[in-house]
Amino acid sequence: MEVATGPMTLRRIQEMLGASCITADPPLDLEALVGCASDLMSNVLAFGRPHAILLTGLTSPQTVRTAEVADCVAVCFAYGRQPPAETIELAEGSGIPLFVTPLTLYAASGRLYELGLPGCPEIE
Amino acid sequence: MNRKETVNELQLLVYELDVESAMTKEVVTVSPDLAMDKLPKILKSNRITGVPVTEDGRLVGIISLEDYVRWAADDGKPSCVGDVMTRKVHTIYSDEPLVSAVSRLERFACGRLPVLDRTTDTLAGIVTKGDVIESMLGNLEIDYREEGLRTYRTSRFFEDIVSDSTELSFAYEIRGESISEGGEVASSLKKTLRRLGMHPDVVRRAAITVYEAEMNVIIYAKAGRVRVSIDQHHISMVVEDEGPGIPDLEQAMAPGFSTAPESVRELGFGAGMGLPNIKQCAESFEIESVVGEGTTLRVSFHMEEACA
Ligand SMILES: Nc1ncnc2c1ncn2[C@@H]1O[C@H](COP(=O)(O)OP(=O)(O)OP(=O)(O)O)[C@@H](O)[C@H]1O
Ligand SMILES: [Mg+2]
Repeated sequence: MEVATGPMTLRRIQEMLGASCITADPPLDLEALVGCASDLMSNVLAFGRPHAILLTGLTSPQTVRTAEVADCVAVCFAYGRQPPAETIELAEGSGIPLFVTPLTLYAASGRLYELGLPGCPEIE
Repeated sequence: MNRKETVNELQLLVYELDVESAMTKEVVTVSPDLAMDKLPKILKSNRITGVPVTEDGRLVGIISLEDYVRWAADDGKPSCVGDVMTRKVHTIYSDEPLVSAVSRLERFACGRLPVLDRTTDTLAGIVTKGDVIESMLGNLEIDYREEGLRTYRTSRFFEDIVSDSTELSFAYEIRGESISEGGEVASSLKKTLRRLGMHPDVVRRAAITVYEAEMNVIIYAKAGRVRVSIDQHHISMVVEDEGPGIPDLEQAMAPGFSTAPESVRELGFGAGMGLPNIKQCAESFEIESVVGEGTTLRVSFHMEEACA
């Protein structure tokens, strides 16, 4: 089955991952251009591209810092992992929307990929 | 805001604001035909020490209390302003950045600069050091009465800004109290570079570089500092620490090499990608390290095509 690849709104991503948003006023019309999944922050910085949605199991404030530095549009935590309050606070401050999906990192990435959201280096 | 942050903010503002936003628009002027002995009264009633001389709106000179005193001491023979005034006047255009006014006021050691409108070449206002300070502090919404700033305001302000007026520079301390606080320097530098209107790609690469370097300092060296300087074409950064140093640089540079302990890996670091990332992002890259003394990283970024 051929799937058209391209950007995906945060609204669609949220819906497809059964995710809940845990930051105030999420800009659901924003588009992610690519997906990026890792628990290693340097990998995100090395292989990530601007306007990525970052899927990760790491809930420390560093995830938000990394997303901010790497120009990610949003972060989605896998495994239903709720981040600590300091992570949410930092995200509110730097305007990075946070989502939580009950899916595993593998399943969440697979689902978005299947729906046509490209992985990082592929965009070039 | 502490003093250092204030200085950083001020240094940015002098680049962002233009002379027009700081100048006084209602300017007292005199005509070259005015008799010299009438001058003191005008200066005194307006509480000023010098005044631009104009003819049909065009600036023809400037006359100060000093000129008056010299004239009076000479012999005080009847003359008019036009004969005594200084004809060569340092001026500035209203659309120039405030930093130009600051450096000119300092360089020519003058108290005021007449401001000209670039299109009509007529006098549009006048700007003094006091106007510059007033305007910038006003823009920062700084409470003038705040302790410490009162003295700062007069004594260090110009020194801080003029220290190198063609180059914007600032420094950040990195303190490694906890890994979870790491990234503050990267975050604030990123905001600063954005405000300066730099290209998003340069901003992103510079932010990634500082972030990786900052995390390394926190994880391996505990404390250090970042110095950033920006001129018209480059952003240069020096990140230095007095930590344990790196015994084998070649090994450290290899993608995947890491000595990060488990506690650090749990927090998402230790992929061994930090230094390779930095090398990838920066246009020039130098690293020096002495075991037992510390590590110094020097990187730079071009921004030729990258000025928004
Ligand atoms: N400032 C420093 N002082 C002492 N050792 C350092 C410093 N920076 C890096 N190192 C050493 O170099 C190694 C490689 O650093 P690099 O940043 O490439 O990877 P990492 O920090 O281990 O992992 P990552 O950056 O991917 O999270 C580190 O594991 C550490 O041993
Ligand atoms: Mg590192």
